[in-house]
Amino acid sequence: MTSATAQPKADQTQVELARRMLRQMLLIRRFEEKAAEAYALGKIGGFCHLYIGQEAVAAGSLAALRLDDYVISSYREHGQALVRGVPAKAAMAELYGKATGCSKGKGGSMHLFDAAKRFMGGHGIVGGHVPLATGIGFAIKYQGGDQVCLCYFGEAAVNIGAFHEALNMASVYHLPVIFCCENNRYGMGTAFERVAAVTDVVEHACSYDMAAELVNGMDALAVYAATQRAVERARQGGHPTLLEVRTYRFMGHSMSDPLHGVYRTKDEVEEQKKRDPITQLVAKLKDDAALDQAGLDALDAEVRAEVEDAVKFADESPDPEPAELFTHVLSD
Amino acid sequence: MPTLTYRDALNQALREEMQRDGNVFLMGEEVGVYQGAYKVSRGLLEEFGPMRVVDTPIAELGFAGIGVGAAMAGLRPVIEFMTWNFAVLALDQIVNSAAKILYESGGQLPIPIVFRGPNGAALQLGAQHSQAWESWLSHIPGLKVVAPATPADAKGLLKAAIRDDNPVIVLEGEMLYNTKGEVPEGEYVVPIGQADVKRTGQDVTLICHSKTVSVALKAAEQLAEEGVSAEVVDLRSLRPLDEATITGSVAKTNRAVVVEEGWPHCGIGAQVVDVIQREAFDHLDAPVLRVTQADVPMPYNKQLERLAKPSPEKVVAAARRVLYLD
Repeated sequence: MTSATAQPKADQTQVELARRMLRQMLLIRRFEEKAAEAYALGKIGGFCHLYIGQEAVAAGSLAALRLDDYVISSYREHGQALVRGVPAKAAMAELYGKATGCSKGKGGSMHLFDAAKRFMGGHGIVGGHVPLATGIGFAIKYQGGDQVCLCYFGEAAVNIGAFHEALNMASVYHLPVIFCCENNRYGMGTAFERVAAVTDVVEHACSYDMAAELVNGMDALAVYAATQRAVERARQGGHPTLLEVRTYRFMGHSMSDPLHGVYRTKDEVEEQKKRDPITQLVAKLKDDAALDQAGLDALDAEVRAEVEDAVKFADESPDPEPAELFTHVLSD
Repeated sequence: MPTLTYRDALNQALREEMQRDGNVFLMGEEVGVYQGAYKVSRGLLEEFGPMRVVDTPIAELGFAGIGVGAAMAGLRPVIEFMTWNFAVLALDQIVNSAAKILYESGGQLPIPIVFRGPNGAALQLGAQHSQAWESWLSHIPGLKVVAPATPADAKGLLKAAIRDDNPVIVLEGEMLYNTKGEVPEGEYVVPIGQADVKRTGQDVTLICHSKTVSVALKAAEQLAEEGVSAEVVDLRSLRPLDEATITGSVAKTNRAVVVEEGWPHCGIGAQVVDVIQREAFDHLDAPVLRVTQADVPMPYNKQLERLAKPSPEKVVAAARRVLYLD
């Protein structure tokens, strides 16, 4: 009897979760599309690495976290920042380098920070932030907390020493860290198999006596479930996990890289687009009769409006004052 | 006032700061069970336990990064490098993480962390183990850099470094660990950014830091025998640099020699000379000279090594030149 009453409730929770994730993924997609436009118009400078195609990873994994958990990422972090709750306005303003940006215009696309949301930054050196995640995990254990630290990086970071040092120490010290490798198959223009002797990233977990899981990164619910298991391990006994989330970026490495470049074929990109994580989640919700076309259109209109607002806000926001050049070099 | 070695003065500073603030912890190679490669951390594991005195694998980049991450989440790490030669492997974390996160986050995340360990040449350790890194580290905005020469300064500056909300580099001298001096008990903090006149004089200013303070003091004694009164300015802090003390002394003596263990090209001395020519140009009676390590990787051979290092004789010779005595 208990299960009969509990069952629909669980389903309902699952549907609400899926709908929430779909909204987040749509928000990322529309945000990134607008960022690309703004970049082309010269409103955004420097490097700008888009997350289009990888939305299910941010939405799925972050749904498994509590608000007091920590998140840290690489330079392809717009999506994770948005899902974590950095307002689209503050994120877009940061891309524009404005004073109202989440890093006051001093960080830019690669360095979105929101300490209040425990979003501990986008970091620009491949793999360099992975030891920081271990350090945050160390602080959690030191303080006797039961939070976790979720760390995103690309598969290219697996070839760098920092990754190995950080995983080894997270395991040796039993730290609550989830290492989430977003394997989008290319480090800039270099296919992973051309430069990695071991191409299944999960295999590296064996070297560090660490739990690991291979996850379909185009399926937000699968990412959620795997992250939830990792969070459980971390909270219970301070056991770190290596997740290899197989995904794909539909855009170039950065805005200066054409859509498919010379290192992959247009056909390959088109083939991958058939696995579009948003299309898949929409199809699932429609199959479950939890969403219809009108509902989807309304959701999309809502996030488009949110992104339009963010662009307007960024456009109209002031640049940092010249005096800001010299603030925050040192803490007073 | 008790007399302590430089090593024990550092140990006292660490112990007192760890007693004062539960967020302070020490991490590095051999700091715990082994009691420290140079015994700076002797007894700390027993007193504070393995969560606060943390032995690491030989992975400088990794544990430097752990320190920065821990600081981001509210702790006050002291990261010990067995020597600064090995810390080169950790420069990405020092330069790209510790020094930049406050700025690139728009002021959201201060990084209160200390990176410390022995710097500069010891005796016959060869090229890879005999290097002075202060000009590399002092180049970076977002870092503070101190280099104590005496046991009292070692205690006072390490305490200041641990209490500072910024990343502070503490360059200790491997050859200084056994040196002795009077050290004030208990609360004794030397503010970062203040040079110290270790000997007063009228005729020439010898500007130095860390191990070269003893070199300059010996040179000053030799000069005194020749009737030359040398003032010895110990920089103590390399970033920020105490420009007022440097220029004040040169305004008095009108002549200066800068002594350092680093190489000449883009060295600390070059920065000091820039300060002098900019702020004390009208006071100068002679070009400023520098005494540095020879511009070569450190040789192993004892005689060659001696030739490569700054020495009292080299400082005396430079002082005589700026005084036009030669």
